This record gives sequence, C-alpha cells and structure tokens, in this order.
Amino acid sequence: MGNAESVFFSRVLTELTLSFHIIYATIGVGIPLMIMIAQWLGIKKQDEHYILLARRWTRGFVITVAVGVVTGTAIGLQLSLLWPNFMELAGNVIALPLFMETFAFFFEAIFLGIYLYTWDRFENQKKHLLLLIPVAIGASFSAVFISMVNAFMNAPQGFDIVDGQLVNISPLLAMFNPATPTKVAHVLSTAYMTSAFILASIGAYRLLKGSNHVYHKKALFLMMKIGLIFSVASAVIGDFSGKYLAEYQPEKLAAAEWHFETEGEAPLMLYGVLDNGEVKYALKIPYALSILAHGTPNAEVIGLNEFAEDEIPPLYIHYLFDTMVMIGMWLTVLSLIYILGVWRKWSFVSTGWYRWLIVLGGPLAVLAIEIGWWFAEVGRQPWVLRGIMRTKEAATTSGNVDTMLVMFSALYLVLAIGSIYVLTRMFRKNTVEQELSDRQLEKEGEMR
Amino acid sequence: MTLELVGITVLWLFLFGYVIVASIDFGAGFFNAYSLFRGNQHILTRIIQRYLSPVWEVTNVFLVFFFVGIVGFFPKTAYYYGTVLLVPVSIALVLLAIRGSYYAFTTYGGLEHKRYTYLYGLSGLFIPASLSIVLTISEGGFVTEGSSGLELDYWALFTSPLTWSIVVLSLASVLYISAVFLTWYAHKAQDQPATDLLRKYALFWSVPAIISATGIIIELKGHNPEHYSRLVDIWWLFGISFLLFAGTVYLLTKRRAYGVAFGLLAGQFMIAFFAYGGSHYPYLLYPYLTIYDGFTNEAMATALIVAFIAGLGLLLPSLYLLLRLFLFSKDYVTGKRNDHA
Repeated sequence: MGNAESVFFSRVLTELTLSFHIIYATIGVGIPLMIMIAQWLGIKKQDEHYILLARRWTRGFVITVAVGVVTGTAIGLQLSLLWPNFMELAGNVIALPLFMETFAFFFEAIFLGIYLYTWDRFENQKKHLLLLIPVAIGASFSAVFISMVNAFMNAPQGFDIVDGQLVNISPLLAMFNPATPTKVAHVLSTAYMTSAFILASIGAYRLLKGSNHVYHKKALFLMMKIGLIFSVASAVIGDFSGKYLAEYQPEKLAAAEWHFETEGEAPLMLYGVLDNGEVKYALKIPYALSILAHGTPNAEVIGLNEFAEDEIPPLYIHYLFDTMVMIGMWLTVLSLIYILGVWRKWSFVSTGWYRWLIVLGGPLAVLAIEIGWWFAEVGRQPWVLRGIMRTKEAATTSGNVDTMLVMFSALYLVLAIGSIYVLTRMFRKNTVEQELSDRQLEKEGEMR
Repeated sequence: MTLELVGITVLWLFLFGYVIVASIDFGAGFFNAYSLFRGNQHILTRIIQRYLSPVWEVTNVFLVFFFVGIVGFFPKTAYYYGTVLLVPVSIALVLLAIRGSYYAFTTYGGLEHKRYTYLYGLSGLFIPASLSIVLTISEGGFVTEGSSGLELDYWALFTSPLTWSIVVLSLASVLYISAVFLTWYAHKAQDQPATDLLRKYALFWSVPAIISATGIIIELKGHNPEHYSRLVDIWWLFGISFLLFAGTVYLLTKRRAYGVAFGLLAGQFMIAFFAYGGSHYPYLLYPYLTIYDGFTNEAMATALIVAFIAGLGLLLPSLYLLLRLFLFSKDYVTGKRNDHA
C-alpha cells in the first residue's frame, strides 16, 4: 500500500471513528444537564415523576457513556496512530487542553460512579443532586477542552515558525485562538439541544405507543422547552460562527456558499446544484451573505477565486451546510409551535402526526450534529493545521491502515447493535407505570 | 530534578496506577469466567461485581491519562510509537472497547449470557498481552528507520524470547495482583468461601509471576546489554522487591493480614516498576529516542505540570470519596447496601 492509500484510509478511519463517537459523545455532554434539571425540579416541586425521570435517564445514560468512553479512547489513540506527524508537531503547542480533557473526564467518571450507586443512600436528596454537578461540569468541560484542540487546527496560533522550528510557544494563546469562542459555544449548545430533542422524541414515542401517562407529558414538555432555548442559542452562535469564518477562514465560508467572486451586497445561495462552475436552481437571498459574514448588507465578502486551486475545500460542503441549517431551523419551529400549542391549548400538538414529527426530531438533531462536523472538518481541507500542515503530510506511513479500517468498522457495528438492543430492552421490560407502582408499594411497606 | 524527569516520573506513576487497577479488573473478569467454567460461579460473582461496578470507568481513565500525557510531554513519541504501533495498539483498542461496553451492557442492561462472560474473561488476558508489546519494542532491535519511514519487524518481534517473557509476565502479574486484591476484598466482605478460593489462586499465580520477572532480566542480558548493566547496578532494589513478594506470600500462606499482604504487593510492584523504568533511562525507544530529545518545549512542560498539580488537587479528594463510599464502606462491601440507580 502506497502513501496515498495510507492517507486515504487514515482519513476514512478517522471520519468513521469520529462520526460514531460523536453520537455518544454528544449525548454524554447533554444528558447529565437534563438529568440534573429533572432531579432539581423533582426536589423543588416535590414531584416524584421528575425524580423518576432523572433515574431512568441515568440508567440509559450509563450505556451510552460506556460506548462513548471506549470510542473516545479509540480516537484518542488513533490521533497518534494514524496522524503521527501531526501529533508530533501539534503536540508541542496544543497538548495542554488535551491533557486537561483527561482531568475533566476523570472527574466525571468518578462522580458518575458515585451518583449511580447512591440512589437511596442519602436521607437528603439534595446531597445526591450535588453529586450530579461534577458529572455535568466534567462532561461539558471535556467538550470545551477537546473543541479547543479542534479550534486550534482551524486557527493555529500561539507559536512562531523560525527555520522550520516551532519557537515562542504559548499554550494559553493556542487554547484561546480565534476559533475557540464560537466553536466551543456551538458544540455545547448543540449538544444540549440534541440531547433535549432525543429525550423529547422518546417521550413522544411512548405517548404514541399507547401510554398516556402524565410522566411522559411532563418529560416531553420540559424537553421541548429546553430544546427550544438551546436551538435559538445554537442559531445565534451559528451566526457568530459565520462572522468568524468571514474573518479568519474565508475559503471555508466561500466554499460553503458557492461564493466565487469577491463582492459587496453578496447574496446567500440556498440549495441548488453546481454544474461546471455554474450555480443552478439555487434560491438567492439578496444581501444575506454579507449580513451573515459582516453584519451589514453591503459588506464585501471574499470569494473562492482569490485562493489557489489546491487550497480550497471540496465544494460539496455547501449541501452539508444547507442541511445542517435547515434541520436547526425546523427543530426551532417545531418546538416553538409545540410550546405555544400547549399554553394556548391548540389541540393539534397532541395529535398523532405532530407527535410523529417530534419523534423524528431526535434523529434529525443527531443527523445535524454529524453533518455539521463533516462540514467543519471537510471545510478545512486540504489542511490538517490550516496554513501550516497539509493532511497528506500528517498521515502515517504504515501499510496496514486498510485492515484496521475493516476491524474498526466491525467493532462499531457490534457496539451500535449492542447498545441499541440493550437500551430498548432495558426500558421495554420496565415501564414507567410498573416502576411507579413498585416504588409506591415500597414506600407503603416502609411506613407500615 | 529536570522537567524531563518530572514529566516521565509523573507518567510512569500513572502507568503504574493503570497496571494495578487494570490488573484487578482484567483478573477479576478472568476469574469470574473461570469460575463459571468450573461451575462454582456463585462463590465469586457477587464479590467481583460489587467491587467493579462503581469503579469500572475510572480504570480506563488511567490509561487515557498516560497516553495523552506522553504525547504532551514527549511529542516525538507520537511519531516513533504512533507509526510502529498501529496494529498491536489497534487490536488492544478493539478488545478494550468490546470489553468495556459489554461490561456495561451486562451489568446495567441485564444482557446475560455465558458466551459473553467467557469472551469478557479471555479478552481481559489479550489486552495486557497486546499492550505489553510496547515494552518489548522500547528495548530496541525491532524498529528500523528507512527512507520511507519507520518499519516494525514483526517476525523478529514474535520470534524473540524477550517478547514472550514479557507477555507471560504481564499475564501472570495480572492474575496474581488481582487474586491478592480480591482475597483481601472478599475477606472484608466476610465471604469465607470466596476468600479461600481467591487465596488459592493468589498463591498459584505468585510462582509464574516471579519466575517470568527473573527471566526477563536474563533475556535482557543478550538483547540489550546496556540496559542489563544498568539493571545490575540497582540489583538491591529488585532485592527489596523480592523481600516484599516473599512477605505477601508468607501472609497469604498463614491466612493473616490480607490488607497488609496487598500493601506489600503494591510495594513490590512499585519498586520493581520504578527500578525497571529508571534503568531504561534515558531512552524512550532504544536507541532512537531519549527523554531529552523527545521532550516538549519549556513553556508547554511548565503548563502541563501546573495543570497536573491543579488536576491532582481535584482528583485526589474525589478518589478518596469514591473509596470511602464503596471500597471502605462496610455496608457496601458486605452487600447490605446496593442503591444502584
């Protein structure tokens, strides 16, 4: 196997591992916050249903954490195994947040273990709630630190290159690079948003499948509210990300928008197809790209033609960008209408078809996460470190990457099937109604 | 002490932590499977589950910490080890992934099947074997640096007696460490049958563990004379380590003070581990990479050490809390409390 094949298979394997990992990782970042909110509401309102929500989510959460941990370990090592030249160079500058991420992960792992095994141990439930705070903080901070590493790859800084050597290294400057604020904020808000929509879709599904329990209605309403808040936040941060791109990575923005000529009053292209460099069938929104890029309708936006042929990303990222934004918009509208509908007692929000739309919302949110990452990552091709190291210089020279790809594909298939099977079985066997009545009996037993 | 030495000492300490907690974990899985095979699973399963359940994720973190730390402090290791270790480490990763996730699936998801218990037990033995290859490679002689990059000579690696001695040592130590710890734990749980059985395992595995450890020193004489002579220079450390080993075995035979026995075992492995690591100095990969030419810049090293100290400030109290609540909680250990979500 030649070097070109090694590069290709390294890219495919990294993409596969990350695409699989982020499903579980996103859930891992978002769910602890939802569990915390549910438990807190349960204590505040003295409502058994919210406590049970926290408990059942926790049980499912453990399964996703397990897969998240093992695939996270895989990608952690694959960085060095598949991209040794990259890690050798970047390790000098960006090791600090990577290192800090393991601390956040450690912190979360310890307290998750404690939280899981102390459900009825404390008289005072507030003590138990306190254990969740380090879990949620640890989960979110792992995302913060690892997003910083990714942000660095997009906007490397914090060092000088003199005669091919890295000098004047400043780890903090590397961590807080221009891409960090928008990247970290967008990763966090979309993780919370996705988790909320996943939990909402579970609630809606149970309601559709015959259970009419108030427990599911409370879960659904709570999650749609949280989903709405974070989808609005994601959209606002997404807009800031557009402004970041215009300033620091104009080639990514231009490729995403098929913006070829540098010009003012730039229109935004929605949909469309590219045919020999001509954009066809696209919906043109006048001035929108200028507004997205710089906040004013006549600002000049740099076009793709300003860049060398071998420094621009593939143009198909336009479709990824469009799909991600559309799903985000759709979920915002869906949750907004649902919440208004519940307040104003519009009956259609509790009908079958609307609930099916909510059920669809969870998978759609996950899809948007995947597509968003593909957009972000493919959008910085051909660079692994933008402007400094090309992807093809970074990959391993080992000739066995194709075999490893087959091996890991089989692994992820097994993990996917296993986790889905276990999760469905776990909740199908032990329904809410069953668990509530069990707990009731237990309480009465204690009182007697 | 230079920053390089501080860095490698910190990492070596965490690797030692991983060796101990992972050995307990891997060995426990194997003993569980073996007892199922022998039809006396009822004796061990509860003890093993009770210990493993709240701590299983923590084990993995020690490993992550080590490999992230080594790339941080010594970025050149990413190039040297990353290139040559693709296959063995990927195999270990796949096994770790299956093992870790199926632990959660069975414990929390109620997915129980004999087949998984066997797979779980066996995979726990393949992981230390595939990871210990790294130690063999670090001794030099298996990696060549050509014009197209680094090559690992698999044939030389798999026909070398050193490789197999290290594999045997890792397997025997895993089972020995695990059995001694679980003997102590079962005794704390006042579970007499489990204590007796595990004590037997511990005494059994102490023999191959000490023989293979001695064997490796002899293998090194031929393979890497420079390393061998450094080992001989600090023979007294290995002497102390052996005395501690003898102490553990003595206490086990006399059925006395299992807690102290485990303490002696930890001391034995710690001294041997650091004596081995110290004699490897200054090489990370003989003869290509020393800790000096592989070290990161000063600014990053300082930042990492500051982060490390701050992190420990957070971790040590948390770990203490975890141990207080489970390992050292009488109600939990003896099975009076479960409180699982």
